[in-house]
Amino acid sequence: MANIKLDNLLKSYGDTEVLHGVNGDINDGEFVVIVGPSGCGKSTLLRMIAGLETVTSGEVSIGGKMVNNLEPADRDIAMVFQNYALYPHMSVYDNMAYGLKIRGIAKSEIKRRVNEAAEILEIGDYLKRKPRALSGGQRQRVAMGRAIVREPSVFLFDEPLSNLDAKLRVQMRLEIRKLQKRLGVTSIFVTHDQVEAMTLGDRLMVLNGGYVEQFGTPIELYENPQTVFVAGFIGSPAMNFIPATARDDGTVELQNGDVVPGVATTGTVTLGVRPEHLVPHDKGMFQIKVLMREQLGANTLIHGVLKGTDTEMVVSLAGTHDISEGAEMRFSAAKKLLHFFDATTGKRLS
Amino acid sequence: MIENRPVLTFLSHLILIFGVAMIAFPIWITFVASTHTDIRMTQVPLPLWPGDQLFVNLNETLIGEGAAGTNNVPVWRMMLNSLVMALSIAFGKIAISLISAFAIVYFKFPFRMMFFWLIFITLMLPVEVRILPTYEVVAKLGLLNSYAGLSLPLIASATATFMFRQVFLTIPDEMLESARIDGAGPMRFFWDILLPLSRTNIAALFVILFIYGWNQYLWPLLITQDTNMTTIVMSIKQLLESAEATPEWNIIMMTALLAMLPPILVVVFMQKLFVKGLTETDK
Ligand SMILES: Nc1ncnc2c1ncn2[C@@H]1O[C@H](COP(=O)(O)OP(=O)(O)OP(=O)(O)O)[C@@H](O)[C@H]1O
Ligand SMILES: [Mg+2]
Repeated sequence: MANIKLDNLLKSYGDTEVLHGVNGDINDGEFVVIVGPSGCGKSTLLRMIAGLETVTSGEVSIGGKMVNNLEPADRDIAMVFQNYALYPHMSVYDNMAYGLKIRGIAKSEIKRRVNEAAEILEIGDYLKRKPRALSGGQRQRVAMGRAIVREPSVFLFDEPLSNLDAKLRVQMRLEIRKLQKRLGVTSIFVTHDQVEAMTLGDRLMVLNGGYVEQFGTPIELYENPQTVFVAGFIGSPAMNFIPATARDDGTVELQNGDVVPGVATTGTVTLGVRPEHLVPHDKGMFQIKVLMREQLGANTLIHGVLKGTDTEMVVSLAGTHDISEGAEMRFSAAKKLLHFFDATTGKRLS
Repeated sequence: MIENRPVLTFLSHLILIFGVAMIAFPIWITFVASTHTDIRMTQVPLPLWPGDQLFVNLNETLIGEGAAGTNNVPVWRMMLNSLVMALSIAFGKIAISLISAFAIVYFKFPFRMMFFWLIFITLMLPVEVRILPTYEVVAKLGLLNSYAGLSLPLIASATATFMFRQVFLTIPDEMLESARIDGAGPMRFFWDILLPLSRTNIAALFVILFIYGWNQYLWPLLITQDTNMTTIVMSIKQLLESAEATPEWNIIMMTALLAMLPPILVVVFMQKLFVKGLTETDK
């Protein structure tokens, strides 16, 4: 078991810097998800922790020990790859046993660990098969098994679910979560899927363009996004962003002249409000012209624009609603559900 | 394409049968000749059906004197020489090119690409082109009339290196990375992962290289004066010269048959692996 400390981690390939100083403390037994759009440096960060990528500057510590210069095998980690990277010429059993054999662990102990992992993952029936004779989901389990038998102090996952179909993905997601809880091993999981991130992680590290935007629990990220990027990235459908101008009296004025309670600041701000926080209200401050309506059964999505502007708005209402397209409606949201961001830096104004 | 045109089918079969006959007929004649006495082989018309002298001729050729007029060692000895040479060349080439491809693909060292292209350029320098300097080197090393002299100069292979390089490049990086996490060092990775994954390619290459080695003519001719080191392919030429004087066609043809046999056996037994090695992409 181990905690992980990332201290000002920096990575450059030649002249291009892809990670610009990542900091973070990951507690023992915690499940942290690194999430962000494609190309933001998630895999690079994970591979630096694994030791597969050199650290340009900064420090990675695992269990209180600086591991920058340790080989991956000596870091007491196990990694699950997106394409599983099983050895195609070895049986499932040998795939799981290989690392243990190299470590010189006794045959009987290897057997015990592999059988135990096989039982946990329900792959006992395929131990003699080659990976090519397994389905994607089964291969995924074998890859997990290979990680488990090592009994490492850290699990690293690089988008291990993205090659599975949607249903299996949801199922494996739950299993990974349960397994991690049961084994209590510190885990870092990389994904670009925010739903996966929200359901799996104790805490989420949101990366964007090589910077950590925010590092916190899913609820913190949802309720208190520190930047426009996090606000837009977390939650589905995404938060509505409305340009506005701050006024002296602590309110903000939308582009159509409507006034909304705001924060004490000056200049232009971005007002954010989640679709599910807008409720129909006769005197609501948001006048929306409905363009399209999506009935999803459990809820109804209304797509429209803020009246008098071309700012697109989405509203999510619980249940079914018979709203005709072209109608104009007023919505309001509780003041504490309104988010304000600096229009230029994108940082939260509180 | 599913067609049912009897005339076309008949025609194409005819052409195919003709082609097979073209190739098979000389071999058949060779075989027939090796089963008659030398007297019968000088009489016209030549026999088209096998006689009863197969084992007599086989015995005479393989362990006896061989054809009159040559001072050759028995054919078994020449076959052994050829076999040792062909196997050394095939295994040597495979070993050397596996290792050099491994170095080029998986290690970062200064001038890596330069070395790759240097190896590649040797494609333009087969033995025939560099035969004199190579002879000089081999002679100075005292390797004339030895198996080492027969095989060493032919072992370096750009083609095989290039082929293994391509094979290694198709193996995903994650394979190396998970081996690293499993704690496998470079040599373990080579033995436990790369070699098994290149198994079929090695087999395919072995077939090609064995035949290449077996069929070497010019180089063995140049560096072996000792008749004990004669290879069977060399001896066929000598047999033809002797045929001018006392044509023992039965023995000559038997020798030719024996010379064909090992390459055929290698192809037959390794055919499955060979095809797999050239077509399989499942990595
Ligand atoms: N070997 C390399 N040389 C140069 N640039 C690289 C190299 N590897 C990655 N990069 C760059 O680093 C950035 C981060 O890459 P990384 O693979 O970490 O992205 P990612 O967040 O994992 O994306 P994805 O979700 O698509 O996997 C990318 O812009 C990529 O182009
Ligand atoms: Mg990635």
